[in-house]
Amino acid sequence: MSSALPTPEQPDQPADATVVLGGPEIARALTRIAHEILERNKGGADVVLLGIPTRGLPLAQRLATRLVEVEPTLDAATLVGSIDVTMYRDDLAQHPTRTIGSTDLPGAGIDGKVVVLVDDVLFSGRTIRAALDAISDLGRPRAVQLAALVDRGHRELPIRADFVGKNLPTSTTERVRVLLDETDGRDAVLIEGTR
Amino acid sequence: MKHLLSTGSLSHKQAVRILDTAGQMAATQAREIKKLPTLRGRTVVNLFFEDSTRTRISFETAAKRLSADVINFSAKGSSVSKGESLKDTALTLQAMGADAVVIRHHASGAPHTLAHSGWTNGAVINAGDGTHQHPTQALLDAYTLRRHLTGGGDPSGRDLAGLRVAIVGDVLHSRVARSNVQLLHTLGADVTLVAPPTLLPVGVEAWPAEVSYHLDEVIDTKPDAIMMLRVQRERMSSSGGGFFPSPLEYTRGYGLDARRLAAMPDHAIVLHPGPMNRGLEISADAADSPRAVIVEQVANGVAVRMAVLYLLLSGNESNETKVDA
Repeated sequence: MSSALPTPEQPDQPADATVVLGGPEIARALTRIAHEILERNKGGADVVLLGIPTRGLPLAQRLATRLVEVEPTLDAATLVGSIDVTMYRDDLAQHPTRTIGSTDLPGAGIDGKVVVLVDDVLFSGRTIRAALDAISDLGRPRAVQLAALVDRGHRELPIRADFVGKNLPTSTTERVRVLLDETDGRDAVLIEGTR
Repeated sequence: MKHLLSTGSLSHKQAVRILDTAGQMAATQAREIKKLPTLRGRTVVNLFFEDSTRTRISFETAAKRLSADVINFSAKGSSVSKGESLKDTALTLQAMGADAVVIRHHASGAPHTLAHSGWTNGAVINAGDGTHQHPTQALLDAYTLRRHLTGGGDPSGRDLAGLRVAIVGDVLHSRVARSNVQLLHTLGADVTLVAPPTLLPVGVEAWPAEVSYHLDEVIDTKPDAIMMLRVQRERMSSSGGGFFPSPLEYTRGYGLDARRLAAMPDHAIVLHPGPMNRGLEISADAADSPRAVIVEQVANGVAVRMAVLYLLLSGNESNETKVDA
């Protein structure tokens, strides 16, 4: 685990942010999760990775690349989809109107498949609850599993991740942010609000 | 955005956001299970003082697909026929807890009055008022134009910059034309209004649009789309209402027939807000041609109205920060 001092020249990083995972750690965690997914499901034949926008989608794509490296018979393009949960959230009335992301399932759909939901941070579990509802409207997978890069605790629902990149004990006042090369220009996991 | 009363008050950013949201809503309507739980527990009242088939059904479908409860109210068969005022009707609906009121009224400005009177706390959506505005129709027209004419692929984020659209027919009585001129101008399209001088309103030269009296000349300029307006015979006294000599003469001058359709560029599309007067402003050849997107407009109407209901009803704009969870 790395812990770097905040660098002031990066504008998206406030002065009180602590880097808890850097690029290499994120890469190692994803590689391990990819192996665990293959191990748990005895191969990747029925696996579909569904990323939750915004940052779950690039994570799902990176996992797919790693699955294909281990099992070259798989096709990364048919392995990944995105699932937008905005319209299934239970907190829409408490926040400003959210922009709806896109839902794209792989061509074969999700019926009878093992769906692995991929998200960046697992916190209250409400996003995953919404995702489970969204999945049941889209088809009937054989099983649904959950992969999260960071599990920061404070669950409000009986939901547990099957694959975790890093367990990160936090206080509720802190804010965990995942930055990814695809969306933010670099890879890092930050905790903000610590003193 | 609390209400949707007029396309004139929509900024470029808001308009593109509605169209992008409509795109996501349309994607959900291709699924086997089309219903979304988004507006569960919310109540949408359809308050229709004027006859309507497609707009009311479209709003009802949109609200139901988002799991809102829908109450349909039409002036016929209600206390309005006993002389109840708009105010008392609105207060009744407020007492029943309407989160959104979709209103169509024969008087221009009735939705504005409802929104600013304090009679209801709900969001007010204008579904057509007199000869003033019909914003969701203009939005679905813009959505249809964007889907067909902005170069394939995912049109999210695009506007209509550079497209040339001709709006043909009874501009004088048309709220669809007024809404479209403002919205298409906001989105960057060039609009030409085509009508006989008697069917153009006083002051049309101040609108952000060109005006022509000759349909054939406008078709020769190769527009990207032609939007035909319905000749609103119910707003005219006799058959031509003194606005044109005879229906046949109107058709000769301003009707879209097979000959004019053939003169249009190959990529151009034909829109009509419906209901069509076949044989008057549009011939059966034109209405049934593959370039007419009139049926698709109806389908897009549901997606656009879902987007408007979602954007007006789902969020709470008083909390400014979004918290990740």
